[in-house]
Amino acid sequence: MHTESVHITPYRTHAWVLITLLAFTFITITVTWIDLSALTVLIALLIASVKAYIVLTYFMHLKFESSLFRVFVFMVLFIYVLVILFTLSDYLFR
Amino acid sequence: MTEEKTHHPEPSYLVDTGKYKGLMAWLTSTDHKRIGLMYMYAMMVFFAVGVILGMIMRIELFYPGQQVYGPQAYNGIFTIHGIIMIFTVVIPGLAAVFGNFSMPIMIGAKDVAFPRLNLFSFYLYILGAAIALASQFMGNGPPDTGWTFYAPYSIQTHTNVVAAVFGAFVLGFSSILTGLNFIVTMHRLRAPGMTFFKMPLFPWSLYATAWIQVLATPIVGITLLMIIAERWLRIGFFDPSLGGDPVLYQHLFWIYSHPAVYIMILPAMGVITEIIPTFAQKKIFGYKAIAISSLAIALVGYFVWAHHMYTSGMSTTARWVFSLLTFLVAVPSAIKVFNWVTTMYKGSISVKPPFLFAIGFIFLFMIGGMTGLSLGALATNIHVHDTAYVVAHFHYIVFGGVGFAFFAAIYYWYPKMYGRMYSFKMANWSFVFLFTGFNLLYFPQFIIGIMGMPRRYFDYLPQFTFGHQLSFFGGLLLVIGFIIMLITLFSKKGAKAPDNPWGGRTFEWTIPSPPPLENFDVMPEMGVNEQPYDYK
Repeated sequence: MHTESVHITPYRTHAWVLITLLAFTFITITVTWIDLSALTVLIALLIASVKAYIVLTYFMHLKFESSLFRVFVFMVLFIYVLVILFTLSDYLFR
Repeated sequence: MTEEKTHHPEPSYLVDTGKYKGLMAWLTSTDHKRIGLMYMYAMMVFFAVGVILGMIMRIELFYPGQQVYGPQAYNGIFTIHGIIMIFTVVIPGLAAVFGNFSMPIMIGAKDVAFPRLNLFSFYLYILGAAIALASQFMGNGPPDTGWTFYAPYSIQTHTNVVAAVFGAFVLGFSSILTGLNFIVTMHRLRAPGMTFFKMPLFPWSLYATAWIQVLATPIVGITLLMIIAERWLRIGFFDPSLGGDPVLYQHLFWIYSHPAVYIMILPAMGVITEIIPTFAQKKIFGYKAIAISSLAIALVGYFVWAHHMYTSGMSTTARWVFSLLTFLVAVPSAIKVFNWVTTMYKGSISVKPPFLFAIGFIFLFMIGGMTGLSLGALATNIHVHDTAYVVAHFHYIVFGGVGFAFFAAIYYWYPKMYGRMYSFKMANWSFVFLFTGFNLLYFPQFIIGIMGMPRRYFDYLPQFTFGHQLSFFGGLLLVIGFIIMLITLFSKKGAKAPDNPWGGRTFEWTIPSPPPLENFDVMPEMGVNEQPYDYK
């Protein structure tokens, strides 16, 4: 019923992704030495989000798969954001 | 749907055709039907243990004061009763048994997408259940926290919480993998011509359930590991004395455990949606509304978790937000009920045992649902929170709902599973005892709950005695009902079942009873103009 299309990512792309992830890891460690006060967690989360995006896109093949998988990922992220927002309806208004 | 020949040359899935024979053939089988039955046998054992524990509680509560055993034993018994019934019976419940047995056939597939992963899920289930049960006999005695493992008590108690929590964690993995398997199966293995909106509604309910399993279960997994980390490493997540927040535990626990109620009830609703049109011999009313309401329940049901926490010290804003959402989730549930009733209207109803249990489900689920709304309302919740009223409410949903749907499903698909019929007379008697016993057991709990009987209390004031005694006798009737049901189904071989004993219109009724190993001799198809539940 379904036709399969196999995408083979070149080693060079994988190598670039790896280097980018290592670079972001280095940045994550570096910013811990800088006093950003309230922004510390936000910066760490932003860097982690960029890394997650790269992993999902290349290592988990979202870039090459049908749009259905991207819909699923966005749906999960949407639910995750809602869970955080509803939890904050407790913590921000106590 | 395409009809096939009734007599199949292939041996049935019950015949050992592989490398192994007997028990080994079952334990190593990746056939979805055998795995479904193995889940069913395991669940029957766990259910029997849970029922016995429930009756031991009822014996102790027959009179006020200590009768047979002390308060610590009582705490341990209601904890393991909850753990067994929730994590090993009703959460895997209908999805693991009938989802495995029927869903692939109903969508025209030979098996699930990942048969080996399916068997692995079953073994994880057995492992998790074994660890949870072993927690009763290891370390410093049975856990006494209740199945909710609320912090900070679960951090501080010296009983064997870690093993029970770890057992629940492993059971969660089984649930996630089953959900993943079902999602992929329904996306990739549907018969040609069967679009999503031509898929039967039991698979639809399993689809919605599977998404909850995949998305919600990891949260409780992590939360349970946090309890273990806090106990062993003294990290202050939840215990205020370590700098933690006990309300955070309740949020994290219920972010999973409320959607878990929908993991239990959605497949139950799916079963009822199959049974009612079959026995009314009428096309289901509002097919798309039922399908979409399954997704709506899964989605909205994800965001009502904090209605378990109105008295926890949560903010007022959060309380009204979650109360509003709780009322919203009643809408798609009610859509289903109205559609079932409308399907029956002017149908050619045949009151066979599966149908009896299905209408029993609707009656009990309505009581459970309506009392759920009174618990979801902020004002009334404060009065009945943590009383026997809550015990009655969730047993009406979880047992009256899931349990009765399970019984309906087993009576419905039994002829397909084993190729044998059963005595309708005996099955009807089992319904009489189960339905009467259930209401006698749980309805008095509503009354004494409103009167002020707290839940999970070993002792009580004399005015609650009569209610507890009625519940005890209700429990006895229930046990008799179970025994009649087991005798009806498993004591002797009934007459040979025809391929389609109920006049059903879904694919499983087009193949032999019991089905051959790979279900279909010829790949089934759905024509362009064919619809599910196409009764003439």
